[in-house]
Amino acid sequence: MKRKDFIKNTMLGVALPTFLNGISLKALAGTPFMHALSGYMNDDKVLVLVQLAGGNDGINTVIPFDQFSAYTNARTNIALPENKVLRLNGFDQVALHPSLTELQKLFNDGRLGIVQAVSYPKPNFSHFRATDIWMTGSDSDKVMNTGWAGRFLNEVYPQFPNNYPNAVMPDPLAIQVGSVVSSTFQGPAFSMGLAISNPNNFYNLIEGKVNVNSNSRWGEQLDYIEEMSLKTDQYADVIKKAALKITKQSDKYPAPGKNPLADQLKIVARLIAGGLKTKIYMVNTGSFDTHSKQTDDADKTIGTHANLLKRVSEAIGVFMDDLNYFQAGDRVMGMTFSEFGRRIKSNASGGTDHGAAAPLFYFGNKVKAGVIGANPIIPINATVNDNVPMQNDFRSVYASILQNWFSLQPSDVQNILQKDFAMLPIV
Amino acid sequence: MNMIFAQEEVSKFICRKLYRFFVYHNIDEATEKNIIEPLAKTFRKNNYEIKPVLKELLSSRHFFDTANYGCIIKSPIDFCVGLCREYNIQFPNNDDYVNQYAFWLNIQQTAAQMQQNLGDPPNVAGWQAYYQVPQFDKIWINSDTLPKRNQFTDRMINNGFGRQGNKKIVIDPIAFAQQFSNPSNPDMLINESIELLYMTGLPDKEKQYLKEGILLSGLQGMMSDHYWTDAWNKLKDKPDDVSNKKDVANKLKKLYQYLMNLPQYQLS
Repeated sequence: MKRKDFIKNTMLGVALPTFLNGISLKALAGTPFMHALSGYMNDDKVLVLVQLAGGNDGINTVIPFDQFSAYTNARTNIALPENKVLRLNGFDQVALHPSLTELQKLFNDGRLGIVQAVSYPKPNFSHFRATDIWMTGSDSDKVMNTGWAGRFLNEVYPQFPNNYPNAVMPDPLAIQVGSVVSSTFQGPAFSMGLAISNPNNFYNLIEGKVNVNSNSRWGEQLDYIEEMSLKTDQYADVIKKAALKITKQSDKYPAPGKNPLADQLKIVARLIAGGLKTKIYMVNTGSFDTHSKQTDDADKTIGTHANLLKRVSEAIGVFMDDLNYFQAGDRVMGMTFSEFGRRIKSNASGGTDHGAAAPLFYFGNKVKAGVIGANPIIPINATVNDNVPMQNDFRSVYASILQNWFSLQPSDVQNILQKDFAMLPIV
Repeated sequence: MNMIFAQEEVSKFICRKLYRFFVYHNIDEATEKNIIEPLAKTFRKNNYEIKPVLKELLSSRHFFDTANYGCIIKSPIDFCVGLCREYNIQFPNNDDYVNQYAFWLNIQQTAAQMQQNLGDPPNVAGWQAYYQVPQFDKIWINSDTLPKRNQFTDRMINNGFGRQGNKKIVIDPIAFAQQFSNPSNPDMLINESIELLYMTGLPDKEKQYLKEGILLSGLQGMMSDHYWTDAWNKLKDKPDDVSNKKDVANKLKKLYQYLMNLPQYQLS
């Protein structure tokens, strides 16, 4: 029986013998075998996942510059002008959306790369299901109960949350900013992640401020319970301590509330620079579901999608800048992802509908910058059903990060992703 | 005895106890004057009968004033039994008394771990939360019991308590959501859930986080609501679609787990 199954089953309250290959599981807990993987974690590398919820339009993000007329033809109502897209040094065939100025700088600086046409066989076009597939790392026709990062953290920190925090790992294994904990972090029995549900709560925490719920009777009771729940949160203190070590951050961050993604990454930078050993952070920003009017009518370089991308570019740019100021940029790698791309052809409402593969960005001082894979082929007369076919499985990206960034053994990577995926030269 | 009952303080003392049990622990000057004293008068007038006093309190405008909703921290029994009632947890029938008693015992023991062991108060004065100045019901919540409360609600929404033969008591989140007027509308679902589970409301911003972060998988904007609606309707039309059912159930589990972890759920 696999250990994972064992834990899952016992959580269901099913009576099972407490033996693993004939040895008591409890006895194993203290042996080197169970903690063998912790050795990998003695480095201080960090991964930041940036979720672009809604299905980002990949073709207007990374433009197939070598097929500009076919591109314009497929997207008459939303195509970006050829002289406005951003060019990349050494990669003439691709260009970026005009909003992505900071990402262009990072690329030309050798600190950002693009993986083309990422998806999985038999793509799913439902937001919920596709998001689930990306987060669990499952095949399209399989349902999994655990997240890919949750399985990774469970391999390295077995039996969490029992006996955690401890001397080896005093900090949260993973932190999600901006929402409840994503299923990406779901382990076999417990979620391996901790959520800072919104930036306000974070600043209340580090300033020691309890939400003052008015002078009402119930508000007075609520304040007491909130105060107690902060005290009992075993990680509240370490988060606060790490944050308080940092008194000044980059002045390039936009004003709070202007760019929600930048607000979230600002917190992540602060915690990384403050010395948290947390391995994975996740942030997210939504509204990429651009079914209609994704550009301005007159000027295609502005409008809804341009604003969304501008947030992403600005947020990642200032985040990297901030990390380098703290000399932490070398140990941080990030990647963006979205549950799917959109159709090649735009629709009559000036938007794009749910599609298949799309490019993703990865970034960090130590990544291997470049463009992995070729541009999707844009048909001369694209129809509404034309989709970008997959070139790179999204789990190849995960596998490459686990093996080449977190230095896991190939066999452990296979175990976590439950299959063997091709490595990509991203890091 | 006559000498004792001749003191007005006796009636006030008992009325304050009733007030603390049913409304709020802190009796300020205004409450003393406007609520306790008139109640004590009723008490004396009725020859120290409890019933007329309770009737007056529980039918008063003061009792139904929204400012007096949710001002009591649930006792462990309120918390554990209350959850079972709110979610209509199905316990085995009387003819299956072995399992029925075992599950009752699970709940009773859970409350005992939260420091209220039914039938076994700590001393003749009863549980401190009912009398100890100035903390009163706050005594129920400490660094040991609050995590236990959260663990209990997490357990009931996820795996519940199990017995041999696949018997279990666990929250059925789909059945729970079903009772609301329009569960396919994410705003209405969240609003009505909160109305049922909380005595106090929740700020709109928090509700927005719940909707986008949980029910909509991170999708934002008014245009996105229909994705939840579609998923819920699909569950009704095609109950055999396993992956959709699991998706809807998981979202609801996360929603209710989150709501029960917020401090608001501790108030009664």
